[in-house]
Amino acid sequence: MRQRDTWLVLVVLAIGLLALPFMTDALLGRGWVRILDFTLLYIMLALGLNIVVGYAGLLDLGYIAFFAVGAYCYALLGSPQLGLHFPFWVILPLSALLACLFGVLLGAPTLRLRGDYLAIVTLGFGEIIRIFLNNLNSPINITNGPQGIGMIDPIHLGSFSLGSTHELFGLTLPPVHLHYYLFLFFTLLVIFVSLRLEGSRIGRAWMAIREDEIAAKAMGINTRNIKLLAFAMGATFGGLAGGLFAGFQGFVSPESFGLAESITVLCMVVLGGMGNISGVLLGCLLLVVLPEVLRHGSGPAQQLLFGRSFVDPESLRMLLFGLALIVVMLWRPAGLWPSRQHRSELTAKDNLTKSSRDDRT
Amino acid sequence: MMTSAKPHAPLLELSDIGKSFGGLSALSDISLHIRRGEIYGLIGPNGAGKTTLFNILTGLYRADGGRFTFDNTEYGGHCKSHTLARAGIARTFQNIRLFSNMTALENVMVGRHLRTRSGIWGALTRNAATRAEERETLQRARELLSYVGINRPHQTLAKNLSYGEQRRLEIARALATDPKLIALDEPVAGMNSTETDSLKKLLRDIRAGGTTVLIIEHDVKLILSLCDRVAVLDQGKKIAEDTPDQIKCNSAVISAYFGIEPAAYEQNSTKLPTARLPDQANHDHP
Repeated sequence: MRQRDTWLVLVVLAIGLLALPFMTDALLGRGWVRILDFTLLYIMLALGLNIVVGYAGLLDLGYIAFFAVGAYCYALLGSPQLGLHFPFWVILPLSALLACLFGVLLGAPTLRLRGDYLAIVTLGFGEIIRIFLNNLNSPINITNGPQGIGMIDPIHLGSFSLGSTHELFGLTLPPVHLHYYLFLFFTLLVIFVSLRLEGSRIGRAWMAIREDEIAAKAMGINTRNIKLLAFAMGATFGGLAGGLFAGFQGFVSPESFGLAESITVLCMVVLGGMGNISGVLLGCLLLVVLPEVLRHGSGPAQQLLFGRSFVDPESLRMLLFGLALIVVMLWRPAGLWPSRQHRSELTAKDNLTKSSRDDRT
Repeated sequence: MMTSAKPHAPLLELSDIGKSFGGLSALSDISLHIRRGEIYGLIGPNGAGKTTLFNILTGLYRADGGRFTFDNTEYGGHCKSHTLARAGIARTFQNIRLFSNMTALENVMVGRHLRTRSGIWGALTRNAATRAEERETLQRARELLSYVGINRPHQTLAKNLSYGEQRRLEIARALATDPKLIALDEPVAGMNSTETDSLKKLLRDIRAGGTTVLIIEHDVKLILSLCDRVAVLDQGKKIAEDTPDQIKCNSAVISAYFGIEPAAYEQNSTKLPTARLPDQANHDHP
């Protein structure tokens, strides 16, 4: 019975996810499908950061750098900038791999740092990457500096281009819809990898380091390798999302990868519930969708209530954003949907029967 | 590190281990040996360097000088923690260091980390080898939890266990690494006499199971009734190493603990009091 229920939920969920862009398109307009696409990108990013911050407990404030590395790798290998036009299936793994390499590069010198100190170094790393991207236009023009790289090849799966509208099975699929399905595939992949890692020997070692690094060492965990692995895995997800972003957007510039973006992704992880995949998903959904709702809704709402607009929707967005964070941190410090351990305590079937038997004797 | 074939060598042999923090000499020229299957006590007043010695043995501190031989392998003053854990030294901590937001079961499963090998690929594919390994890890963790006497749901978070259970969980976690030597840092601190007695039984069981036990404790009664041999540290030096009966009458030990001449002490009493000595928190922890 339980098994059948699970399947039912999964089937409904799958149909819902597949139909989502069409429903959104019909109800809210095409702009919202684009927001959905970005939500999926943010989910990939946040799940990557969740490995570093949520599982291994290493506070990383420069995470967006890996997103930038992935995006620029994609942009350089698939645009007129360097005259290179590699196929999608070559560039995307390369983007992820390069980001992974940068993850190890950042991880190696910071192994002895924790908490505030680690946060400062990672913050610096994020800025270094952005500043490099900003300035690598001379003496040799690699990144095209602050102008960014444009005319990036649209994503091609074989001869199927995601950059143009297709007619499939009687349905009209514009590029945003096509990208939605591609991103959905990669998001599910990232969720799958996260889930598998969470319950594994490696996942336990990450959490052990988060809980008490010295005890983890004494238990024989090679903390150096395990921490590097966390950085590398997190960065890989970031690079993957970056590559997809570049292909989707067709344009990358350094200003997309500032500190504010790092903080936003970190907020998604913290607000939703560090170390819990469902929590992170919730965090992403809230922090991408709510600001958009505000952006579109606050102007008309003010007009309706006061007859004119008092506060610029953009500033209102930041105000409410900050307020929401403070409220959540005050009342739900572990996040909106805290990690499974807090719940598993209540549903421990494992030894309940045994222990109640013990109590009686 | 080099391997020398000494068939009947002691399990652990320390020679001239020294450690100082800045100008403060925490340990100087400590030499001692622990035989296989022994329960070996390490006592001394607060700040004598007992925990520092533990930290060197488990690779958390780098010794300034000296070396030690464990299980026929020689280690220099410094060796990585995980290498020593793999060689078979496990420990507990004076101020309990559990993975507090993980369940009791997971804590012990982490202890299996170094005896298992599945990596990223195994985790992603969850292949037959990984599944078998996970089953075995789970099975062993459950066994160890009931072995040390934790009869709560195994999904209880470590931080929600009682104090005595937390101490036992630390022991279970250490045992999960299949140690040859288990080093316990004040395992009965803060326990009542019933809890102490049952822990004593557990330690005897562990020894009977073939694991050598090294124990730091301020509970003199426990040390004297449990240990085969005892070393006494005072101000970073070993002042005595003998059987408990001999230690009781050792004049250097008596003066280290009470700060009086043995002659004066003997006028008042003929043996060490069996009550607990005061055990304030040590501050020589990492």
